[in-house]
Parts: sequence; C-alpha cells; structure tokens
Amino acid sequence: MIRYTLGRLLSLCLSLIVASLVIFAVVEVVPGDPAAFMLGVNARPDTIAALRAELGLDQSLPQRYLSWVGGMLTGDFGISYTYRTPVSQMVLDRIGVSLPLALMALTLTILIAFPAGIYAASRRGRAGDLGVMGATQLGVAIPNFWFAMILVLIFAINLRWFSAGGFPGWEAGPAAALKSLILPAIALALPQAAILTRVMRSSLLDMLGEDFIRTARAKGLSRRQALWRHAVRNAMIPVLTIIGLQFAFLLAGAIVIEQVFFLPGLGRLIFQSISARDLIVVESVVMLLVAMVILVNFAVDLAYAAVDPRLRARA
Amino acid sequence: MRLPRTLLIGALLSTVFLGAALLSLVWTPYDTQILTITQRLQTPSAAHWLGTDQLGRDLLSMVMEGARTSIAVAVLAVGIGMGLGIPLGLLAAAMRGSLIDELVMRANDLVFAFPSLVIAILITAVFGAGAVNAIIAIGIFNIPVFARLSRGAALSIWSRDFILAARVAGKSDARISIEHILPNIASLMIVQGTIQFSLGILAEAALSYIGLGAQPPVASWGRMLADAQTLASLAPHVALVPGLAIVFTVLGLNLLGDGLRDLLDPRIRVART
Repeated sequence: MIRYTLGRLLSLCLSLIVASLVIFAVVEVVPGDPAAFMLGVNARPDTIAALRAELGLDQSLPQRYLSWVGGMLTGDFGISYTYRTPVSQMVLDRIGVSLPLALMALTLTILIAFPAGIYAASRRGRAGDLGVMGATQLGVAIPNFWFAMILVLIFAINLRWFSAGGFPGWEAGPAAALKSLILPAIALALPQAAILTRVMRSSLLDMLGEDFIRTARAKGLSRRQALWRHAVRNAMIPVLTIIGLQFAFLLAGAIVIEQVFFLPGLGRLIFQSISARDLIVVESVVMLLVAMVILVNFAVDLAYAAVDPRLRARA
Repeated sequence: MRLPRTLLIGALLSTVFLGAALLSLVWTPYDTQILTITQRLQTPSAAHWLGTDQLGRDLLSMVMEGARTSIAVAVLAVGIGMGLGIPLGLLAAAMRGSLIDELVMRANDLVFAFPSLVIAILITAVFGAGAVNAIIAIGIFNIPVFARLSRGAALSIWSRDFILAARVAGKSDARISIEHILPNIASLMIVQGTIQFSLGILAEAALSYIGLGAQPPVASWGRMLADAQTLASLAPHVALVPGLAIVFTVLGLNLLGDGLRDLLDPRIRVART
C-alpha cells in the first residue's frame, strides 16, 4: 500500500505541475500583451506600462511562472486587477455559495439515483426498468440551463414559491440562503442523477452475475435478499468513483447554472473575470479548480486501493 | 434480423434534425434576417407553425438554422476528437508498454482532469467568442475520449491470431494498425462518435447560451434560449421551442448510439437480456 500511495503521489505532483504549466501557457498566449489585453483598446501607454510592472511582465517567463506557483503554494493567489482585492479572499467568499450548492446538488443526485438504480436493476428488463431507463435518457438529453429556466417559470414566476435568482447572502440567515439554492441544485442534479442511476444499475447488474450471488441464492436467500445484502454493497465501488467525479464537476461546472440564477459562485467569478479580462483571477481560479479535480481523483484512487487489494497489485 | 426499436426512434429523430439543417441551407419558411416587429411573440399558428420570437422572426426558421449551427459545430468537434484521438490511441496500442504509450495515457488523464466547460470558456474568452473557437474548445476534450477508447479496443485486437498472421506476413506495426486494427474498432468508434456528437450539441448550446458560441446573425439554439429567458413568462413558447429542439436532437443521437451498439455488437445484446 505504501508503494502504491507513493506512486500515486508522484503522479499527482506531476499532474499538478503539468496542469499549472498548461494554464500558464494558455494565459500567456493571449494575443499580444496581457497588460494591453486586460486594459482594452483605449488604454494609454503609460497605464499599460504601469500594469506591466505590477504584473511583473518585465520579468522573464520562468521567473513569473515560479512566482505565481510559489505564491499559490503559500496561499497568495495574487490581487484581482478589477476588484483590487486578494484573489484568495474572493475565492473564499465564492466557495460559500459554490460548496453548499454542490453539496445540495450531490445529495439530491444520490437521493434520486440510488433508489432508482436499485429499483431498475431489481426489475431488469421489465416495465419498471424500461421506465427508469427511459427517464434517464431524457435526463441526460435535457440541457440543465433550460431545465433551470423552466423551473424558474413554474416555481418562481407562476407559483412564487422561490425567487427567480440572486443570493441573499448567509447574513440573511441559513434558511433564506439555502432556499435560494434549491432550484439551482435541482437543475444541477437532474443530468447527474440520470448518469448515476445508469451507473448504479449497470454496476448492480454486473454484481448480480457474480458467483457469490449464486452462492447466496443457493443458501436460500431470495433474489431480493441477495440483492440487498450482497450486491448493493459490492456495487458501490464504481458508484463512489462517479460520485467523486460528479462532486468535482459540480463545484466547477455550475458556471452556466450560476449564470441563470445570478448566483455569486466560483463559476460566475471565472466568467466575470474573463469578461473583465482579469487574467490574474482567471489563472488562479482555474488552477484551483483543476487542482481540486486532480485531488479528488487521487483520493478516489486511494480509497479504491484501500478497499480492493487487487488494484494495489496491478499498479 | 429485427432492428432494435431504440435504433429506429433514434435514427428517425436524428434524420429529422439533420434534414432540417440541410434544408435550411436552401430554404426556410421565412427569412430570419428580416425583422417584423409587428409580428412579435406570436403563438403558433398556420402562418408561423412554431410562433415568432421577440423580433418577429419565425421560430421554425430559426430552429432550422440553429440545427445547422449545432450540427456543424458538433460534427467538427467530433471530427477533431476522432482525427487526433484515434491515431494517438492506435499508436499507444502499437507501442504498448513503451514510454510513448505512457505519455499518451498520462496526457489523456490530464485533459480529463480539466473542467471542460471552464476551459472551453477560457479558450473562447482568450481567443474570442465564435463558432470556430467553440469547435476547437469542444474538440480538444473529445481527443482523450477517442484515444483512450481506441487504445483499449486496439489492445484486445493485437492479441488475436490474425494479427500474428499479419506479422508473419511481414507487415509493419503501422500497416497492421491501419489495415487490421482500425477496421475492427471502427464500429465502436462510430457508436462513441454519436454519443460525443450529442454531448457536443449540449456543449455548444451551453457556450452560446452564455454568449461565447456562434455570434449573431448566425442563429443558435443556445442564444435563442438566452434571448428567451426574460420573455419566458410573457411567451413561454419562445423558451420551449429551442429547448425541445435540443432535447429531441440529443435524445435521438443517444438512442441512435445505443441502438447501433446493440446492432453492431451482438455480445452486448446477449449479455444485456
């Protein structure tokens, strides 16, 4: 296990280094001078020169890369050019929206997908299974931002149960804050629940073909008992992997949904920074999100190996 | 042999939208460049089958042109993914265990680690919003999908006897890859292609919804939805029509992909039932 962990750790570090190089490069190849890009076409030359000095653009490329990475490692993500506040502070503020939203969406996803997936697997090939599978086909085909619009139309505009968008802030009390995240969480959860239901079902069906299920049946368990006592637990490994990936995706991928509901989350921060050409924020926040995905994958790999010794041997 | 029902439904839906996109090249019921404000926000009628939008444009014509944009962007993005991903996968499989194989696979993992929509937004923001950059942004994330899949599929073919026979006949790894491996993994790639195609349509819609896809005056479903957002309570059909167009197209392509997989790979069909 130690050797496996060290190996994964090495590849984790390599991934992070390459990812930071790629992001640095993409932002560096901004057509022309980043300072001129950020200030737009009407900027005066001396303003551009001042910003160049502030950004450290007069330094060499390796120097700039190292100071960016070094800063991030010590928690210094730079200062936003448009807001004049430390990026780390902005990220912390935005995580206060993105993290609860992702957690709510993930909880909903699991609450829908587990029962639906287990039900479909237990009724394999019958009407109930076909119904669930048909619903998941629809779930992956509906764009979540369109679904969000329809939710707003029904529940905010017609029924007036929720507000159509915006975030009151945690100062308004947890109930009000959480309430404003309900519709966005539902919109985010729909396609994810459809995907997870399919994974749950197929993982369970794989398990139902295993020898230990036949043994369980042979010792007198009913099909249902064998499913609940033996198959569901063993089917969780691929399901947990997908949940890990979905969580990372929900944190970073809510960008469009945050746009629909005007939520001040991480995705919207990136989007706004891109529109404002605030490259410092873009660079650091994108790197943070990528690092998060890589770390989640790493954690999932380790959890996998801890549960299943065969994986350690293979690596 | 009986065709799977999913294949028929999927093929039908896909053909309708592909047909609408092709037809829009030569004919649409109305010219979408002409705005008739007096005709704005009409509900579906005999003159305008799907109604009109906030600028009085015929929604059926807009949906037809939007289909063209979506399909063009998604097809080209899948083309990038297949064109670069499959050769990489074949190369990795032919040189399995080597440093090149390792490099290709690690690069794949890395691309998967990037949140695709965030990077697509970054690319379109840095290089400018527009259909071409949307194609590139979506296409990049298709490369590792095809590379990984084609490598895995190719590896299982490499161990077969007829490859040994080709070896004995003196064929090089490159020739074996092209003449024997590629035809054997082609059906799998086509199935994945339809899935990626539908994901591409969703991605294009999301990008143009936030204003980073095809730019006006080119019609696109995502932007139609963005325009409709503030009007949804006033004229719900303006928001429903483009949304349903996306849903039916993506659904059709997914069903087509599933049906093709059942048709092309009898083992799965047996294993499933």
